[in-house]
Amino acid sequence: MSATDTTGAGGTSSGANRPDPDPTGRRALRRRRARSVAGTLLSLALTLVGLLLVTFIIGRVMPIDPVLKVVGDRATQAQYDAAYVAMGLDRPLVVQFVTYIGDVLTGDFGRSISTGQPVAQDIARVFPATVELATLGTLIGVLIGVPLGVIAAARRGGIIDQVARVVALVGYSMPIFWLGLMGLLIFYGMLGWVGGPGRQGIIYDGMVPDVTGMILVDSLLAGDWAAFQDAFSHIILPASLLGYYSLAYISRMTRSFMLEQLSAEYVITARVKGMSEGAVIWRHAFRNIAIPLVTVIALSFGSLLEGSVLTEIIFSWPGLGSYITRALLSGDMNAVLGGTVVIGVCFVVLNLFSDILYRVLDPRSK
Amino acid sequence: MTIRLTTRALLLASALGLAPAAWAETPADTLVVAHTIDDIISLDPAQSFEFAGNDVNNNTYDRLVDFDPLNPEAGFQPSLAESWEVSEDGTSITFTLRDGVTFHSGNPVRAEDAAWSLQRAVKLDKTPAFILTQFGFTADNVEEMITADGNQLTLTLDKPYAPSFVLNSLTGNIASVVDKETVLANEQDGDLGNGWLSTNEAGSGAYELAAWRPNEQVQLTAFEDYWQGAPEMKRVIVRNVAESSAQRLLLEQGDIDVARNLTPTDVDSISAAEGVKIEDEPRGRILYMGLNQKDELLSNPAVIEAMKHLVDYEGITGSFLKGQFVTHQSFLPLGYLGVLEEQPWTYDVEKARQILTDAGIDGGTITTRVRDLREYVDVAQALQASMAQVGLTLNIEQMTGAQVLDAYRAREVPIFLGEWGPDYSDPNTNAATFAYNPDNSDEANAVGLLAWRNAYAVPEEMNEATVAATLEQDTEKRAQMYKDIQRQYQAEAPIVPLFQRIEQVAMRDNVQDWWSGGAVTSVIYRQVTKGE
Repeated sequence: MSATDTTGAGGTSSGANRPDPDPTGRRALRRRRARSVAGTLLSLALTLVGLLLVTFIIGRVMPIDPVLKVVGDRATQAQYDAAYVAMGLDRPLVVQFVTYIGDVLTGDFGRSISTGQPVAQDIARVFPATVELATLGTLIGVLIGVPLGVIAAARRGGIIDQVARVVALVGYSMPIFWLGLMGLLIFYGMLGWVGGPGRQGIIYDGMVPDVTGMILVDSLLAGDWAAFQDAFSHIILPASLLGYYSLAYISRMTRSFMLEQLSAEYVITARVKGMSEGAVIWRHAFRNIAIPLVTVIALSFGSLLEGSVLTEIIFSWPGLGSYITRALLSGDMNAVLGGTVVIGVCFVVLNLFSDILYRVLDPRSK
Repeated sequence: MTIRLTTRALLLASALGLAPAAWAETPADTLVVAHTIDDIISLDPAQSFEFAGNDVNNNTYDRLVDFDPLNPEAGFQPSLAESWEVSEDGTSITFTLRDGVTFHSGNPVRAEDAAWSLQRAVKLDKTPAFILTQFGFTADNVEEMITADGNQLTLTLDKPYAPSFVLNSLTGNIASVVDKETVLANEQDGDLGNGWLSTNEAGSGAYELAAWRPNEQVQLTAFEDYWQGAPEMKRVIVRNVAESSAQRLLLEQGDIDVARNLTPTDVDSISAAEGVKIEDEPRGRILYMGLNQKDELLSNPAVIEAMKHLVDYEGITGSFLKGQFVTHQSFLPLGYLGVLEEQPWTYDVEKARQILTDAGIDGGTITTRVRDLREYVDVAQALQASMAQVGLTLNIEQMTGAQVLDAYRAREVPIFLGEWGPDYSDPNTNAATFAYNPDNSDEANAVGLLAWRNAYAVPEEMNEATVAATLEQDTEKRAQMYKDIQRQYQAEAPIVPLFQRIEQVAMRDNVQDWWSGGAVTSVIYRQVTKGE
């Protein structure tokens, strides 16, 4: 993080060596930009540390004893005490936190007590599974949700609008647990169209070399079409399920953004000038909702990246959500904190990304 | 229209290649098991003390003595030790090791490896170490007490323990024989290879550990040079499937061979399915009710007696615990030496009311904590209802297992409802925790003893009887001693065994000779076959 910071600053200062026709104005502008970049980075760093601090404190005041998880129910007091000291819990909270932050800065997230493995290694294993699922889920949500919302707004009160409303209502109100099980029962149990719980069929397990940890990508990289089909048949149902929930949200938001635009004066003008309805909707109104829509999609993607615990449990999907939940319930704070950092960074990156997209999409910011 | 749509959808699905994956059967030489395996913390046999971890180690390691999965009733059998001899005074046992057995590394299994493995477990002193240290071994003396000479290994004990006690303890996971050279080659900072063995294996068992992905799956491959012959199942894959319904669907579709965590509802509905069978196996866990003697009301003998009649044994095992538990009112599980099968208590609200009235007790309120597991909460609520009928109010606070355990170890749970699983296959494992508590003071801090956790001051003669039973050389007499202890326990103890766990394993019809390990040990795969 600090590396990006210095390169950014270095870039601006090297430019100052060239002769400059209007030194004061541009330098001031650059300084302001550098300051704003530095400010953003600083606030991001503070956000992350704050996030960690809160998580850390919650973990320490939680009435769950992590030592018991390690030594088990049958341990003697002496074995318990030995583990307590070995885990560093005898030191003051402040010292524990500062040590932890120091370790994290050197890339050491500690060892998880519920898996016995380094947290970084655990996350490297579970996070790609979540990313794969969330990406496909969001993709489905956007590809269906956005057109659905636009059409629902354009034909307000029409059949498509009604359908979209029911779809969204069901999406909001149906428990994902039930829907997931029904999906499995119908598409896997009865029709046999998709693969069952788990990321892969038994035969394909370990066939594709692990590059990104995302089996769809890895099987394509390896050129193993059969493994790809197998992985796809396993991911499509949970991804559609998550996609359905983000579709419900995205289509509703798209519809309301769109309705606002369609009642604006420029739309009336365009229509009066005889522009076709398609052009009015897609070329004019839709462009204007692109910006808020990006935020909606980014947020929806972010929430899927946190991992959908219930979906992961039903589909035996070894993702981040169930990893963190399991860790939390056993007082495994290294794993919880590690997961929190990953999610925090994801949100920060998504925020930055949507900021950048704003600038690309909004001509005024040029 | 509908038909056309479906056909088109089917064609589309087939074109995408979705259909074949779902109809695939598991390969003939592979056993695929669905189980919850998220409790594995370490695979080091000197440390592992969780069900799923022991399930792995029981197959990757051998011990001096082991159970025969095809004849478990016979008890411990020669394994890496082909014979043993107990000295006349009963204070030492000499084992003769089998020739020609090799570890997965190719190294020969020597008496030296076996001795070092036991010494290592004592020195590491992880939680299960007490199974060995109860014979007087300490980190300081273990090298003199456990010695190897040629192909012989000698255990020197601090007392003349019952041979059955020692040998039963040696069937435990902690007594697994590890490959000394391989482990020492991976030692770091004097950890005796503990770090490396946590995620690796160095045994001589019928299976080698091929992969362990935490919370996801364990893969075992057959060890072709196994001394009892290579197992028929060349691969065993244990997948972590937390949801019972998901396990059921996988089994119905033939994507797995065995499902180990089905709820009673799913067992009911799958038992009629074609190609699937259910096998019931009593396991060692006892669901019991602990009445904390620090609570004034609960320490009244009349209340203790009344509570035993307020549990609807038949109603509970016939409804919400159906198929999962059977009524069992003594602390040694079925399958153990000295088990007492007498069931003195019946559900009788009138009798309970009479006992309370005679003792002049007219009501009271107890607030207790129960782990948020369906079984325990259901039992607590049934108890709540029957207690209400005799004027006792039970408030139930649900919490996570870890929270309840914390409070229980601090002696702060008034009525504990939960399970106890034996640690090794000898009756002392339960007797020493249910019926032994030499110092009931808070300062004793004997958190490992159930009697202490419930503040039960075990009578002196029962403490002595429990110790004496570990020294009785005659196995018949020993069994009788345990029956006597349990009878006395049933008469007066405030810790009330209620039910014994049954594991209902659902499997494809072609799976033969499955054994989850009964009451005494963990699962064994090497005898499993898959017919046509």
